[in-house]
Amino acid sequence: MSHKPMNDASKPLVEVNNLGFSRGKHVIYEDVSLSIPRGKVTAIMGPSGIGKTTLLKLIGGQLVPDAGWVKVDGVNVHQCNRTELYALRKRMSMLFQSGALFTDMNVFDNVAFALREHSGLPEPIIKRIVLMKLEAVGLRGAAQMMPSELSGGMQRRAALARAIALEPELVLYDEPFAGQDPISMGVLVKLIRDLSDALNLTSVVVSHDVQEVLGIADYVYVLADKRVIAHGTPAELRLADNPKLKQFIGGEPDGPVPFHFPAQDYQKEMLGERD
Amino acid sequence: MSVTDSIASIGRSAIATVTGLGRAGLMLWGAIAKVPNVAKGTPLLIKQLYVIGVQSMVIILVSGLFIGMVLALQGYNILVGFGTEDSLGPMVALSLLRELGPVVTALLFAGRAGSALTAEIGLMKSTEQLSSLEMMAIDPLRQIIAPRFWAGVISLPLLALMFTAIGIYGGHIVGVEWKGIDSGSFWSILQASVEWRQDIVNCLIKSVVFAIVVTWIALYRGYHVIPNPEGISRATTQTVVQSSLAVLALDFLLTAMMFGR
Repeated sequence: MSHKPMNDASKPLVEVNNLGFSRGKHVIYEDVSLSIPRGKVTAIMGPSGIGKTTLLKLIGGQLVPDAGWVKVDGVNVHQCNRTELYALRKRMSMLFQSGALFTDMNVFDNVAFALREHSGLPEPIIKRIVLMKLEAVGLRGAAQMMPSELSGGMQRRAALARAIALEPELVLYDEPFAGQDPISMGVLVKLIRDLSDALNLTSVVVSHDVQEVLGIADYVYVLADKRVIAHGTPAELRLADNPKLKQFIGGEPDGPVPFHFPAQDYQKEMLGERD
Repeated sequence: MSVTDSIASIGRSAIATVTGLGRAGLMLWGAIAKVPNVAKGTPLLIKQLYVIGVQSMVIILVSGLFIGMVLALQGYNILVGFGTEDSLGPMVALSLLRELGPVVTALLFAGRAGSALTAEIGLMKSTEQLSSLEMMAIDPLRQIIAPRFWAGVISLPLLALMFTAIGIYGGHIVGVEWKGIDSGSFWSILQASVEWRQDIVNCLIKSVVFAIVVTWIALYRGYHVIPNPEGISRATTQTVVQSSLAVLALDFLLTAMMFGR
C-alpha cells in the first residue's frame, strides 16, 4: 500500500463513504458519506452528543468503523497496518478539545515534542521552528510556562502551535471554541482561518458554535439522526428550509429536536398515576 | 435469579477476566517486545527511576528501620527465654531477606508508586494526552508504558535490598545497643547463617517477580481506566488491592518452591 500523495488537487483529501459505527447497542452513524476538499476549511456541525468527535477519531484511525470506509489522500485508513497508519498520521494532526498538552512539559517542549521525535533536525533549528509556531499563535512570550499556568484559551493556542509544528496537510479541530470567552474565541477563529490560508492546510472543524463556524468555513456538513442531514456553503445553509437545520442554526430551544426528553405524561406523573 | 442467569453471570465474569488478562498481556507485549531506542528511551527511564524509585525511598527506609527494630525486640523477648539471644542476628536477617524484605517492600511499593502510576496514566488518558501521542504517530506503549515498567522492575529489587539492610541495622540497634547482645556475635552468627544463593538470590528473585506483577497491574489499570474521576478512583483502588493480593499469593507459591523441600 502506497502512502505517496497523489498530488491531485481536484480530489478530496478525506473521503468518508457509507460509514457505520456503533458503541455496543448504541448506533452512532448509519451510512454517513462526506468528502473534505484540499486546502479548505470544512466544518462538521451538529447537536451535542451526536458523535462529531467520534467522526474525527474515525478519520484519524483511532476508532474502527463497523461499515464503510475512510480514505485520507486515497489511503484506506482502516486497512493500514500500524507502520502505515503512523506514516499517515505524520501528515495530519489533531487539536483536542481539552488541548491535551503534556502536563509535565513547558509550552516550548510541548511544541518541540513531535519535531524531536520525527524530524531529526538539530536542536538550534528546532528552537527556531518552535519559536516561529509560537509567534504565529501569539505565545512566544509564554514558551517557558507550564500548561497549568495558562488560561484555557492559551492552552488551546499552545496546542494549535503543537498541531502545526510538523506542518501537516490535514488538521482536525475537535470543538476548538468550547468553553472559550469571546476574546479567546475570536483569536481562535482568526488563527484557524489565517493558518489554513497561510499554510494551505486542509482543516476539519468539528463544532456546535454555529456563528463562529459559519464565519470561517468554506463548506459545512450538518450531522443529526446518525447521518448527514444537510451540507453546503454557509450561505446555502442559512437559506435552507430543513426544519431541523433551521432550529439548529437559529438556536431555537424547541422544534424537531424537542426541548423535553421523552417522559410519561406530566399531569399523570404529578398526580402519581401510572401509564 | 434463576440457575440460567447464575451460570450466565459466571460465564460473563470468566470472559471478562480472560479478556482483561489478554488486554494486559497485549499491553505489556506492545510495550517491551520491540527493540528499545536507547538514545530516546534512556532519559525517559532515568526520569521514571527517579519518580518511581528514588521518591519511594523515604517510606521504604523508614518502614524498614522500624520493622527491623520491632522484629528484633519481639525476637529478643522469645529467644532470651531459651538463652539463645545470640541468634537474634540471623533471625532478623533471615526473616527480612526471605520474607519481609521483598513482601513488605512490594506492598509499600504498590501503595506508594503503583497507585501513583495508575492515577498518572489514568489522568493522561482522561485528558487525551495518550490519544494525542497516538495522533502524533508516537506509540504511547513505548513512550509512556515501557519506561515506567522497566523503572518499576529495576527499582523494587533495589528498594527491597535497602529495606532489608536498614531493617538489619534496626535489629542491631535494638539487640546490641539496647538489649546488650555482643556486637561481634550478632554480626558473626548473622554472616555465618545467611547464604548467598538460598537467601540473597531468592530475595532478589521474589522482588523481581513482585516488581513485574505490581508494575504491570498498575500500568494496566491506568491504561484501561474509564476516563472520569470515578473510574480513576476505582482503578487506583484496584491497583492497590489486586497488587497486594497478588504479592501475598505469589509469595506463598515462591516460598513453597524455594523453601518447601
